[in-house]
Amino acid sequence: MNNANAWFQFALYLAALLLVTKPLGLHLVRVFDAGGRTFLDRLVKPVERVTYRLIGIDPSKEQGWLAYTGSLLVFSSIGLFFTYFILRHQDRLPLNPQGFAGLSSHLAFNTAASFTTNTNWQSYGGESTLSYFSQMVALTLHNFTSAAAGIAVAAALVRGLARQSTLTVGNFWVDAVRVTYYLLAPLSLVFALFLVSQGIVQNFSPYTVARTLEGAAQTIAQGPAASQVAIKMLGTNGGGFFNANAAHPFENPTPLSNFLQMLSIFAIPSALTWWLGRMVKNQRHGWAVWSAMAVLFIAGALVAWKAEAAGNPIHQSLGVAAEDGNLEGKEVRFGVFNSALFATITTDASCGAVNAMHDSFTPLGGLVLLFNFQTGEVIFGGVGSGLYGMLVFVILAVFIAGLMVGRTPEYAGKKIEAGDVKLVMLALMVLAATTLGFTAWASVARWGTDALNDAGPHGFSEILYAYSSAVGNNGSAFAGLTANPANGDPHWNVTLGIAMLVGRFLMIVPILALAGNFAGKRLVPASAGTFKTEGPAFVLLLVGTVVLVGALTFLPALAMGPVVEHFLMNAGILF
Amino acid sequence: MQTVLSELRTAVVLTLLFALLLCGVYPLAVWAGAHTLFPSRANGSLVTDADGTVRGSVLLGQAFRSDRYFASRPSAAGSGYDAAASSGTNLGPTSQKLADSIKAAVAAYRAANHLAPDAPIPADAVTASASGLDPHISLANATLQAPRIARVRHLPLATVTQLIAAHTDPQDLGILGEPGVNVLLLNRALDGIK
Repeated sequence: MNNANAWFQFALYLAALLLVTKPLGLHLVRVFDAGGRTFLDRLVKPVERVTYRLIGIDPSKEQGWLAYTGSLLVFSSIGLFFTYFILRHQDRLPLNPQGFAGLSSHLAFNTAASFTTNTNWQSYGGESTLSYFSQMVALTLHNFTSAAAGIAVAAALVRGLARQSTLTVGNFWVDAVRVTYYLLAPLSLVFALFLVSQGIVQNFSPYTVARTLEGAAQTIAQGPAASQVAIKMLGTNGGGFFNANAAHPFENPTPLSNFLQMLSIFAIPSALTWWLGRMVKNQRHGWAVWSAMAVLFIAGALVAWKAEAAGNPIHQSLGVAAEDGNLEGKEVRFGVFNSALFATITTDASCGAVNAMHDSFTPLGGLVLLFNFQTGEVIFGGVGSGLYGMLVFVILAVFIAGLMVGRTPEYAGKKIEAGDVKLVMLALMVLAATTLGFTAWASVARWGTDALNDAGPHGFSEILYAYSSAVGNNGSAFAGLTANPANGDPHWNVTLGIAMLVGRFLMIVPILALAGNFAGKRLVPASAGTFKTEGPAFVLLLVGTVVLVGALTFLPALAMGPVVEHFLMNAGILF
Repeated sequence: MQTVLSELRTAVVLTLLFALLLCGVYPLAVWAGAHTLFPSRANGSLVTDADGTVRGSVLLGQAFRSDRYFASRPSAAGSGYDAAASSGTNLGPTSQKLADSIKAAVAAYRAANHLAPDAPIPADAVTASASGLDPHISLANATLQAPRIARVRHLPLATVTQLIAAHTDPQDLGILGEPGVNVLLLNRALDGIK
């Protein structure tokens, strides 16, 4: 493990992220403007027009927050049923060369909820459960639509902040269509072809049977993976084509594909902060939000990296070379650093793709990943959801600052009132209660502990990780947990499905209400006493708010899992 | 009621239209592009003999049990390197089961390669990868196995060392990721020596 080289890769990643933020942000300005022009117009504009005609909407007509929410919920529900139906009946649908059976009702529910909510928790095992049709249609549809819906909600909230004394926040259908046509689809097309050039498969062949050098038979899973993997990363979905997700060599073959997959997770969330600055006419505010995210990201990545590089003293006492770090559940081509970096990024953003098995991370490495969920997936975060989640914390931070100096808090020239803060707290508390409530239930229930792969505090971490991931709409797992047990017990599939739906929609509805609230307010001119939402003081306050809320809510649970496990590991205790 | 129905209709039509474009046209366009530009990679980077027999994929590891071959990493994919059931062990840092399997693997590795009873072992040689299909081993791991291969196959050590270097994938762009020795290609090259 070459230390200097790892630092250099880290710097390269940050530089690349910084580099894409403004150009992509500028593109977003045009995408979110219903009449905006982009370089894709000649190709895409006709399709867009036909789409509006077919679905029967007038793109120039905007919606109030309630109508916007209604459209989003109806669209998401239809998608949920669509996917559930396909998964249940994949045995009667085409492109199923391996002859997989239809999914059980609770596994189909879990998977449909998982993809509708942009979570992509994998209770199913890619290559051993799903037909090509299910992957390509039932799942890929949501990779696009759930991403577009998340981005639309962020757009509505930011419009609400930027406008004054209006009733409307945009048109959901227009946002969903334009984000898909002008942003997600073209980027995915280019990215997918690049991924094939690195070795990701894209075919419809039955699985290949090879005769290994020692003469055994090796069945090699195939499929249309590249097209799905591209949007899986760009849309921060994270649901793997294969069971091992981005650790599978067919899903992430080279360090270069790995680098660009990591970049594609953060690209859109990062660009959205630039767009925020542009919309509220304060570019420095956009960069301040970006900086707060970057500080939290870098801190997490460093802790995770150092913990994995230090390795496991128990294994080292058995003869494993200490300088190699912890390689259990990691691929040689990525090594310790790129595994820790990917893990931090995928849990910061609500992506959930994994290039290493998080379950086998050291306790402190795993702690970073858990904490990333529990701060609300706002460190760049999911596409759209990261920005609207962070704006909740911005409002909270401004509110706290206002209390400290004894003035009415203002944000983006709008007074923050009791109703706004109530909505913010509602969003935060419902999520925390859902995570901790389900974790508590599963920890004492037979169905809960039967699913564990590990005993002791690590077993508790597996449960806590599962519900934190589901509520945060992340989708990665301490994958030793068997959420879809062979005996058909539905508890995990159903509770995780509910947790994902709560985490998504009980967040989105208060956020859109907040958007409506803000849109209706009048702008108050800034005065000398207005708290500045830019500069280091604001960044520090925002970082502090995120960390404090997360820590106050989840520290007791974390103490029972990764924290105690860290000390037990150093004492050489096994379970 | 009127608006609810029209919203429903909009949602259904848009879902079907998106399904057609994003789940039909888009993957087929990628498929067409992939098979024009990178046909071999789109089909799994398969390794084939002259007679067309598929021997594996450049990107996927295989199990090697014979001491005539460089050994791959331990694997939790199916019964080992099952390329239709990728998986890691998912065992945690304080797992007794994991510690036991590492202990056994360390002992076996030292015995097979005639190493001292306290020689530190490269971590990749005794831990399972995330996918269970890792095509690589570390350079240190390959170097420690080289004398055994030379002895069993009656080859000069220098020949084996040269082959290891020839089948080491360097870091992408010179800095990304870690170098790794492709075990399948290396072992195939060994078999190819007359």
